[in-house]
Amino acid sequence: MFSGFMVNAWEVGTMVAIVGGVVGFFVVLRGSAFPAHAIPNGAFAGAAGANLLAINPLIGLGVFSFGAALGIGALSRRGRSDAVTALALVMMLALGAAFLSLSTQYEPQIFSLLFGEILGVSASEILPVVALGAVCIIAVALLYRPLLLTSIAPDIAAARGLRPQRFEIAFLIVIACATTMTVPVVGALLIFTLMLGPSAAAQCFTNRAGRAMAGSVAIALVTIWLALACAYESNWPVGFYVSVFSASSYGIGRGYAAWHTRRQVRATRESLRSAALTN
Amino acid sequence: MTDLPVLQVDEISVSLSGRRILDHVSFDVRGGEFTGLIGSNGVGKTTLLRTILGLQRPDSGRVLVSGMALSPRSRSLGYVPQKIVVDPDVPMRARDFVALGLDAHRYGLTRRTPQQRELVEQILHDVDAERFADNRLGSLSGGEQQRVFIAHALISQPKLLLLDEPLANLDPRSVQEIVALLHRVARGYGVAILLSAHEMNALLPVMDRIVYLTGGRAASGTTDEVIRSDVLSQLYGHHVDVLQLHGRVLVVAEPGQDNQAIPQHPTLTLG
Amino acid sequence: MHVVFESGFFTNAPVRTALIIGAVTAIVSAVVGVFVVVRSQSFAGHALTDVATTGGSAAFFFGLSPLLGFIGGGVIGAGAMDLIGVERERRRDLATGIVLGTALGLAALFLYLDTTKGATTGATQQLLFGSIFTVDPSTVPLVLGLSAFALAIVVLINRPLLLSSLSAELTRARGINLRGVGVLFMIAMAVSVGLSSIAVGSILSTALLIGPAAASMRLTKSLRASLMVAGVLGVATTWLGILFAYDSFYWVPSSQGLPVSFFIVSLIFIAYLMSGLPFVRRWVDRPPRANSAGASNQASTEALEGGA
Repeated sequence: MFSGFMVNAWEVGTMVAIVGGVVGFFVVLRGSAFPAHAIPNGAFAGAAGANLLAINPLIGLGVFSFGAALGIGALSRRGRSDAVTALALVMMLALGAAFLSLSTQYEPQIFSLLFGEILGVSASEILPVVALGAVCIIAVALLYRPLLLTSIAPDIAAARGLRPQRFEIAFLIVIACATTMTVPVVGALLIFTLMLGPSAAAQCFTNRAGRAMAGSVAIALVTIWLALACAYESNWPVGFYVSVFSASSYGIGRGYAAWHTRRQVRATRESLRSAALTN
Repeated sequence: MTDLPVLQVDEISVSLSGRRILDHVSFDVRGGEFTGLIGSNGVGKTTLLRTILGLQRPDSGRVLVSGMALSPRSRSLGYVPQKIVVDPDVPMRARDFVALGLDAHRYGLTRRTPQQRELVEQILHDVDAERFADNRLGSLSGGEQQRVFIAHALISQPKLLLLDEPLANLDPRSVQEIVALLHRVARGYGVAILLSAHEMNALLPVMDRIVYLTGGRAASGTTDEVIRSDVLSQLYGHHVDVLQLHGRVLVVAEPGQDNQAIPQHPTLTLG
Repeated sequence: MHVVFESGFFTNAPVRTALIIGAVTAIVSAVVGVFVVVRSQSFAGHALTDVATTGGSAAFFFGLSPLLGFIGGGVIGAGAMDLIGVERERRRDLATGIVLGTALGLAALFLYLDTTKGATTGATQQLLFGSIFTVDPSTVPLVLGLSAFALAIVVLINRPLLLSSLSAELTRARGINLRGVGVLFMIAMAVSVGLSSIAVGSILSTALLIGPAAASMRLTKSLRASLMVAGVLGVATTWLGILFAYDSFYWVPSSQGLPVSFFIVSLIFIAYLMSGLPFVRRWVDRPPRANSAGASNQASTEALEGGA
């Protein structure tokens, strides 16, 4: 499993996990679960369109993700943002379905675009994918502190001259960038689980932002590696394993948090009791 | 030594949704002074604070900070908003949030210097937040969170600290503690304080000056100058009495007048 | 006329079936959808459709009726949403996203097993994106029955439902079983989603659920009017979509035509965008004529505005 074409998959998968963990940290922090789900669906339409026009799917992915991000950013200012995001999401999917129906390879294309493909990235595409991933990571590194403040306390940030709306758009674009490089492997419908589960789990294990982000990346890496290995052995879709392992990590994280809280409550009760006894 | 006021609010008028909220409001805040912005709920205190911060554009008038128009990046103003809800799941310690006050505007990743870390420790000590500094921000009580926000605003050493209704939902004991803390910290750091509240009595011991806001207009000066029957009657547009009772002040309208515009602590209304 | 309605449109049996099923599911979705939007449950509603996908693909794999699979999946999804609860929005959205993701992952698995198991091709396409032209006409009575069932539930609980969207405390104070109302509504949602999954596919049934409802709420000021306009919009877009899809057989060289769901979803999206246009807004916000129904409209308007 570690030779030949699979080397490709491991390399790309590792990059996908790192980006997924880094970006996912802020997705969970900002509660952007819905946009993280919606933007990749735009990517689906783009990839389908690119397929139809016989151009590099990465271009289609990129352009449509970008458009979806800006669209969600703009539309959610007016009207109920949830309804709008849902409609835009679905519109993109329908568009993608239409594009694919016009091409000849309807069925297998839909499947791999939606649910992922170990070999979703060919050798010639590794470089652009890695480059995109680097761009994402650098962007997050640059925006790290302002993004933290605007995410946690937007009013205070605004008073300091950091406009929350600008950072919202900037972050949606980062999600779009991350989507472009991660969709081919994990699938448009399932990539967001990689941005949710590991990051949400990591935030259960530590109080510190930096460690939580490192934890996101670590858990995402384990998730992807396990998923790739299982998908290779069983032939079942990568996206399936990614979603299941992401959900499991979330469950483990929540379970740990609950156990930890119970332990703390018990400890507090003990200390209060012993204090009362000694008085 | 320049004697320019830290803050000059000059004939500020603001309308929202067609309604005139602030009408030619003017006052100054001088360095190191503790100023209370008193007015009942909905009278425009938050609007005034937001205008000062540059978050709200006034119809007319101007705001000067140390004699210059405000630029958000100048960081001469610290701000503690009225209500911040921080989810308990957010992985950020109180200590780290205070540190963020130093460099939230900086792009890129840089390690914090030992001096910066020392400063964070110092401020945490000064606002009495050491014992919960390592807890999650979202898991702290309202009063504890407030101290952290104050520390966050103070650490960049602003000249003026603006607080929007910090006393609103606190029990009387916490009110006393926060007022004493602010007074102590203001003296210690030489920072001026502009704090909005709908009830002035808790602030009487520490207020240097008061800005009394009602009906869009304001009267400013020391408490003795402003909290007088003649001044307030003119501000309200109808006769009000000012009563002093055990060191507390009560502003009462005559029976039959609209009492809603008068900021009163609910338990202190005469009845 | 001939250009608009290509030959054989009205005589084509699958088309007739499609029109009936389309209209009925559109109405149910619109009605349920208005309440979904009022209760700000758009994300949960969407998640429900994805869990329905799992149900449909599982049913398909086991050789059962996809319709029942969709509905079954919807009910399980509704149960999961109920377990998640409505505590803090952030945690709720996160949990919803995780459930959604897991459901889709399972759907991926079932669809994959479908393709390897049998010679059935096009499973993904049909389940996810709709198969309204290939619905067995004998299922029409079942569809009609289920629609009536879902509508009956909504009619039954419409007042407590509206009240609970405004204030949970008020509802409880009146002795109404908040949980019961919530559960019943979830069942109505699951049935509605299951039905529209047949028409436009499970992935896209969100459009039928939320689109006409959201658009109509931008156009009307009372609940009753919203429901009617949503229903009309739903049926109109569905029928037009079916018409265009039928015509597209003749437009597109591959003679496969574009999927019905594409047309329906596009029309819904356009309708929603149009409902936000400035001149439309101005027409909607024109000063009301004095009428005795003003009082009841007031309460409904507050319900609609408070549901953001």
